[in-house]
Amino acid sequence: MRLAVLGAGAVGRSVAELAGEYGHEVVALADSRHATVDADGIDVSSALERKDAGDALGSATPEELFETDYDVLVEATPTTLGDAEPGFSHVRRALEDDRHAVLANKGPVAERYEELRDLEHESAGSIRFEATVGGAIPILSTIEDSTPEAVTAVRGVLNGTANFILTRMAAEGLDYEHVLSEAQDLGVAEADPTFDVDGTDAALKFVILANVLADGGFSLEDADVTGIQNVPGSALELAAEDGRTIRLIGEATRDGVRVGPRLVPENGALAVTGTRNIVQIETRHAGSLHNSGRGAGGPETATAVLSDVGRLPPL
Amino acid sequence: MGEEIDDEPETDGGIRAYTVRLELVDEPGELLRALAPIADNGGNLLSIHHERGNITPRGHIPVEVDLECPPDRFDAVVDGLRDAGVNVIQAGAERYGEEVSVVLVGHLVETDLSETLEAIEADAAAAVVDLSLAAPDGVDAVSSARLRLAVDSGRVEDAIAAVRSIADERDLSVVEPLPGGDA
Ligand SMILES: NC(=O)c1ccc[n+]([C@@H]2O[C@H](COP(=O)([O-])OP(=O)(O)OC[C@H]3O[C@@H](n4cnc5c(N)ncnc54)[C@H](OP(=O)(O)O)[C@@H]3O)[C@@H](O)[C@H]2O)c1
Repeated sequence: MRLAVLGAGAVGRSVAELAGEYGHEVVALADSRHATVDADGIDVSSALERKDAGDALGSATPEELFETDYDVLVEATPTTLGDAEPGFSHVRRALEDDRHAVLANKGPVAERYEELRDLEHESAGSIRFEATVGGAIPILSTIEDSTPEAVTAVRGVLNGTANFILTRMAAEGLDYEHVLSEAQDLGVAEADPTFDVDGTDAALKFVILANVLADGGFSLEDADVTGIQNVPGSALELAAEDGRTIRLIGEATRDGVRVGPRLVPENGALAVTGTRNIVQIETRHAGSLHNSGRGAGGPETATAVLSDVGRLPPL
Repeated sequence: MGEEIDDEPETDGGIRAYTVRLELVDEPGELLRALAPIADNGGNLLSIHHERGNITPRGHIPVEVDLECPPDRFDAVVDGLRDAGVNVIQAGAERYGEEVSVVLVGHLVETDLSETLEAIEADAAAAVVDLSLAAPDGVDAVSSARLRLAVDSGRVEDAIAAVRSIADERDLSVVEPLPGGDA
């Protein structure tokens, strides 16, 4: 497949770098201001070297990316809430041009799922978005393989930053503020960790899951979300006395989405430690399945994008 | 829980032993009144553990009663107790009685913890069977309390919803258990 990669941050650049290994070709790569475009395949490493040196990725404009002959648009621009722009318009444009789109950007699939499915319906192209939920962990494809109708609920931990903070608080008996700044020093938490600790990031992923289970109907607004900012060390201590711990757990069913700190058995499957993510997929005929692994990171997320590309039908 | 049924002592003729946990008001005659419906409904009293020293947050005395009866009479025994106004906390582990833990967080002492517990016992139809409080920064700061609640089976969701609204009124947050998450 010929890929047009929109976004040259952690995810976009890893997709561009790894595409060759997966047998695909990158014909365009753009960031917010510049693009490099070549129908015969761009030189990924020199484009990224230019960007790293503070120069333009290439001499083209991001607009020109859409004008190249590509098969799959990889949407890896920042996740935005509400109208999910500009990501939504990028995907719409690809579908209207009868191309496929693979999203790492959670915004459009969480906030405007039905509109995307309608556009897909009118298009020769289709959309896939494994990377939006749990980075490297195959979650949507597991649901697809079991068929969404046979899945009754998905629960679990889909924010590594919040999980890291709760794990450290429990292990070291430290309070939230202390562990948060440690996480920032380690690069586990971003300078502005709001969406990770207030539950928004996890909620977006569980909204996407609910949309997949129910074939749409949910956006962030419909989710009941509580963060971990007010979980004191003493709560984790009390939980531990009872063989339990506290994790930021999300739940998606056809009836709704809920994210909040919950008591779980300390040695139970959902009590993963550090930045690890896990989901429990509850099925009608096969009991529960657990998928666990790295839920974020450039190369990790890029593998999900590229396996989506591999599942697309030829145009 | 299914396995526990097989461990129950069973006597000849399909009579089975059950344990029922009640809460009684500490008043003379209360025990006799409470136990009358057992015999009235075809049950046979085996033993009574009257835990006098152990008082629930509401000031009631927990009592554990072992009885035997034909399995098809047991519901009538429990209904008889309830009709007589006895607070049945747990009746035969295989049918009734689940324990759930929740953690409350906030200004627990300032918002009157014992009143909060009373509200939970009243509105959530639950008995607080265990309470641990952690207030590392003193009683004026945010503290946490872990409650273990005994709730009728099938009523866990309702009880937790009631705990949530009681906590909301007092500006406390609740860390709830995750039903189904243990698998
Ligand atoms: N990082 C992860 O582990 C992970 C995991 C799952 C999903 N995701 C999602 O994947 C997406 C990308 O994440 P990331 O970590 O790679 O983000 P990032 O490092 O912040 O990179 C975002 C990239 O998008 C570019 N961009 C911004 N607006 C654009 C526009 N209008 N047109 C074209 N390019 C534009 C930025 O350009 P400049 O370089 O010019 O600023 C930047 O290169 C996000 O939606 C994120 O939520 C990330």
